Amino acid sequence: MSTPEPTAFTPLAALARGLRERRWSSRELTRHFLDRIARHDGALRSFITVTEERALAQADAADRRLAAGAATPLTGIPIAHKDLFCTDGVLTTCGSRMLANFTAPYDATVVARLDAAGAVTLGKTNMDEFAMGSSNENSWFGPVGNPWDPTRVPGGSSGGSAAAVAAGLAPVATGTDTGGSIRQPAAFCGLAGIKPTYGRVSRYGMVAFASSLDQAGVFGHDVADLAAMLAFMCGHDPLDSTSSDVPDPWLMQAADTPPAAPARAPVIGLPREYFSGLGTGADALDAARRVLEAAGCRFRDISLPHSPMAIPAYYIIAGAEASTNLSRYDGVRFGHRCENPQNLEDLYRRSRTEGFGMEVKRRILTGTYALSVGYFDAYYVKAQQLRRLIQNDFLAAFADVDLILTPTAPGVAFPRGDLADDPIAMYQQDIFTVPASLAGLPAMSLPCGFHAGLPLGLQLIGPHFGERALLETGALFQRDTDWHRRHPEGFPA
Amino acid sequence: MSTPFVTPRGWEAVIGLEVHVQLATRSKIFSGASTAFGAAPNTQACAVDLGLPGVLPVLNLEAVRMAVKFGLAIGAVIHARSVFDRKNYFYPDLPKGYQISQFQQPVVGAGRLTVGLPDGQEKTVRITRAHLEEDAGKSVHDAFPGLTGIDLNRAGTALLEVVSEPDLRTPAEAAAYFRRMHGLVRYLGICDGNLAEGSMRCDANVSVRPAGTTTLGERTEIKNLNSFRFLERAIEHEIERQVELIESGGTVRRETRLYDPDRNETRAMRSKELSDDYRYFPDPDLMPLVITEAFIDDVRATLPELPEARRARYRDTLGLPDYDAAWLTDDPAVADYFEAVAHASGDAKLAANWVMGELSAALNRAERSIADSPVTPAALGTLIQRIRDETISSKLAKTVFEALWAGAGDVDTIIEARGLRQVSDSGALEALVRQVVADNPGQVAQYRAGKDKVFGFFVGQVMKATQGKANPKQLNDLLREVLGSD
Repeated sequence: MSTPEPTAFTPLAALARGLRERRWSSRELTRHFLDRIARHDGALRSFITVTEERALAQADAADRRLAAGAATPLTGIPIAHKDLFCTDGVLTTCGSRMLANFTAPYDATVVARLDAAGAVTLGKTNMDEFAMGSSNENSWFGPVGNPWDPTRVPGGSSGGSAAAVAAGLAPVATGTDTGGSIRQPAAFCGLAGIKPTYGRVSRYGMVAFASSLDQAGVFGHDVADLAAMLAFMCGHDPLDSTSSDVPDPWLMQAADTPPAAPARAPVIGLPREYFSGLGTGADALDAARRVLEAAGCRFRDISLPHSPMAIPAYYIIAGAEASTNLSRYDGVRFGHRCENPQNLEDLYRRSRTEGFGMEVKRRILTGTYALSVGYFDAYYVKAQQLRRLIQNDFLAAFADVDLILTPTAPGVAFPRGDLADDPIAMYQQDIFTVPASLAGLPAMSLPCGFHAGLPLGLQLIGPHFGERALLETGALFQRDTDWHRRHPEGFPA
Repeated sequence: MSTPFVTPRGWEAVIGLEVHVQLATRSKIFSGASTAFGAAPNTQACAVDLGLPGVLPVLNLEAVRMAVKFGLAIGAVIHARSVFDRKNYFYPDLPKGYQISQFQQPVVGAGRLTVGLPDGQEKTVRITRAHLEEDAGKSVHDAFPGLTGIDLNRAGTALLEVVSEPDLRTPAEAAAYFRRMHGLVRYLGICDGNLAEGSMRCDANVSVRPAGTTTLGERTEIKNLNSFRFLERAIEHEIERQVELIESGGTVRRETRLYDPDRNETRAMRSKELSDDYRYFPDPDLMPLVITEAFIDDVRATLPELPEARRARYRDTLGLPDYDAAWLTDDPAVADYFEAVAHASGDAKLAANWVMGELSAALNRAERSIADSPVTPAALGTLIQRIRDETISSKLAKTVFEALWAGAGDVDTIIEARGLRQVSDSGALEALVRQVVADNPGQVAQYRAGKDKVFGFFVGQVMKATQGKANPKQLNDLLREVLGSD
């Protein structure tokens, strides 16, 4: 079959159309991306595991399904999963030495649903260990390069997924976002990335970092790609008690009917706390505002007064939850076990010392401290109170505006190593993304320009279960801009 | 029998119990894995029970239903909102490194349980709270030389932990409380009550103080007692140990102790001086448990007749003595059996006597539970009927019972096959009586001279001739008639 080759940056809908029209098969498509991974990923390290055989088998099954006329818009589309989604029979490392040998015996709900839709899994992407980090330098499998400048970080923790999509090694990829782990790397890599409302997507089978914050999401080039993936990922899961049982008919059909500009242009709030002192990116955000204004959006200055407290509150809550979520890695049943343990204490001590990296240990220690008798009220309880105040800020704001626009990150991708010795500076990377996480709100980053050749991102935050408004407004913005059609030079289509 | 325990003179013990009731849910409290006992190690542990990365707990509604049922049965407050917490500690049989439990907001609040004491008095014990939690797995120390095995079949089994106020004052009271709790949970059908398999376990908090004072002494906690007798003996020993310690100038330390039934002593397990920090906090994987009035009403409608009501009914409606009513209602399986026998036989008192006497003795000898009794309630009911309609004598009825137990067929077949039917044919019996009287003129003379005791001799002779089958009443009447005439 002589077919025009798809480009690495073809939108999902066009890839699906090509599959339906037999311009290419899923096997060809899959082969195309596997070849790109083989050619380019040595420099990027965006994949921890490439599941070539499995992918080709899935592609053949997809081709049969396409031939039978039983395809979904994702059938035959190659995707990649962040390596904290459990995949039955495939290594799931979470970027950690602790799980470097862990083959999950079951599929995460996200994986199962995308498999059922017919998507083809190319492999598992690199990440900060246990999703803790903002630069993807905390991976046992090595740091990930940013396709726009491989000496710089791709952001984190879902840096492998972001780099893979930005370099055209996969059309789309899943990620997870606890305090910004999708949005910040999306901004650094020039991608669209969405963290849905907490509870929108099942957490079952996602290796837990901070359970009350973790949420699965997607990287793609445009909002249509995000919507197509979310349509299959979202929805109640009886295996996750915190997943929402309120269906969203609009989102569920968003793979068939991609988001278009909203019928009524939204009123968008600009929280002053997010803009004061913003250097890099201020001009790009201003330009983005003008694009949206020209399309009919109205802007209003608002205040989210407790935002400055978000980072400390976040690091206490996330650390506290992480400290107990990671207790199960004890060398007893699975994961890393030290050599020749002398006794139980030695088994625990050495297995955990060897198995976890510095950042993970730092967070386990701070989290354990925050939950300890005598400190619980001063730290954990206080942080929860702050979290409530931050939520209330947003609820009050959404009484007046439909969406909120902010920068995604304080700057562009930084050189590897720059912040490695300064955890506090590293934590400030999440300053604009963490408040929406604490409030459980949906938030999305879209490319909105460049600074010194590196991508910049804007963040749109919506009210709870307001994914539709986010995606439709994103569609409006991407209709009138082409930042999302720029791709790094080193990875030609 | 050993001599009954007496608290050392001048001292009073203060005892509170924490009873862990293993709920009889088919699947685990936070996963779909089976809870059946005795499967090969780690075959009944799914990804959730193993604490694999990424798994999440989902609350088993049946466990909630059972907890509410228990709460209603002890007249407790059912909290409209309760919260599951993580209790963090490392142990190899605790797969997640934390146990999901309820700390500050339990599902069941304060209630009470009335306990029958050995002296016949009743005592109301206050229950502080009852909360839902998951069980841990088991460490297996004898399977592999030099190594410890872990069996996670039990991990995630639903437990209801019932905490009493320190209202108990003697080891016997504590045992009576545990026994009454044991009966109650089986009445409710929320626990199989199998102590040997660990379905109910008890921790006892024990302290002593000079009699007449009100300040509490320092307490110790004796862990993991799983029989009424061990509970009683462990507390007896602990009271004596604490009193001896204090009287010899020492002080009791807050600590956890284990009871060794072989040596009848308690031993310190770990000191609680440096209190463990379990870093409790609400489990973010589970929503707060919200219980509606409608749910409570729904559960209330399923409440069976409770032991107290049943005791009263046996006493007031069936006319049984207090002792019988209490004895029979202790175990719902026994009470159900008794009621079936009473119904089939039409005589509650005879039914009670047989269940408490012959049947109970046979079950004890064979070490069987009443559920495994080879004699069905229907058969025992028929047997009692045959006594009442004078087909057989009470004495021979025991022979029939033994045959029933041995599986020799139904009551009537046994009676016929072994010729145990009472001789009630007055003609045949009268002929025998006349023969015996005629053969023993000496005794006749004694009787007629006023020696009434000789009457028994004649009864014995006739019984011997009939192999015990003579209808005793008929025989008496005939004998009096024949001896008195002439």
